[in-house]
Amino acid sequence: MTWRLWVYLQTTPLFWLTATVGAFLVADYAAQRARRHPLVNPVLISVALVAILLKLTHTTYATYFDGAKFVHFLLGPATVALGVPLYKNFALVRANALPMAAALLVGAVVAIVSAVGVAAMLGATREALISLAPKSVTAGVAMAVSEKLGGLPPLTAVLVILTGVIGAVIVTPLMNALGVRDYAARGFAAGLASHGIGTARAFAVDPVAGVFAGVAMGLNAVVTPALAPLILPLMVR
Amino acid sequence: MLRGLFILLLCQLLGEIAARGLDLPAPGPVIGLALLAGGLALNARRGGVVEGGEIDRTATALLGSLSLLFVPAGVGVVQYFDLLAAQGLALGVALVASTVLTLLATVGVFLAVKRRTA
Repeated sequence: MTWRLWVYLQTTPLFWLTATVGAFLVADYAAQRARRHPLVNPVLISVALVAILLKLTHTTYATYFDGAKFVHFLLGPATVALGVPLYKNFALVRANALPMAAALLVGAVVAIVSAVGVAAMLGATREALISLAPKSVTAGVAMAVSEKLGGLPPLTAVLVILTGVIGAVIVTPLMNALGVRDYAARGFAAGLASHGIGTARAFAVDPVAGVFAGVAMGLNAVVTPALAPLILPLMVR
Repeated sequence: MLRGLFILLLCQLLGEIAARGLDLPAPGPVIGLALLAGGLALNARRGGVVEGGEIDRTATALLGSLSLLFVPAGVGVVQYFDLLAAQGLALGVALVASTVLTLLATVGVFLAVKRRTA
């Protein structure tokens, strides 16, 4: 009886949707207890918790995503929602237009060239290199770029999330070590290098950093799809 | 709450239509972001108040849980354990090195240009 109930539950979207939100609440509680220490990243912990649960229950990713897609869908409206903090801080953003434009172009090129260059030197396959190129852009856009250029979109999604977590973990200690106190500059770098996860981290550190991270993420989502097809053929054959 | 959600979805939908219909390079949600910010500015010019309004509260609630929204895509890592086992070192080193270099280049250029133009 209990076994049959479990077999039923495991295949319902409700179960995996609940598990996703539950795992995140546990992870976020841990992050809160650690006073938002960069290493205790809520995305990383929740992904690990859910992955272990899938492994233990022999559940496929497709079954899992059938429930989790309702959360995944909200990435679109959440991106639109960044328009609100952008509007509220528009004067500050406009005052920094020139530094942003320059940092955007240089940052976007460095993100693509350094990732593909290092992975190529270490012997990654052509497919992996193409999937890696748009890794600093938000997931939906990166997957579209990867598909267009001949990569594996689901692998790109994973590399994008990993980039986000790495950026969110590294950005605060790195900027503190460099002595950067300009939160507009710190946030802009976080959003450009590690999209929404970097933006979530920036909002947790400072509201102005969050706004600039959101703007950087939005701008890079426009620039990288234009740059990647120009840069990749020069590096991958 | 409901009206706030409707406005977000509507902006995304219009952004999606613009992106596909006009073949714009920007993705739909990013165009939606610009539409929302522009719409709020127009509304403010006509005397509307954004702070504390429905769209403000909905957006703040959604952005407060932004990290959660990346979990489903992140769990996709379970499909690539084999590939990651084979190429994990190359990809891992590339991701860490590239993220550090991108952060340094971006913040460096931002501060250098700001100093020169200030």
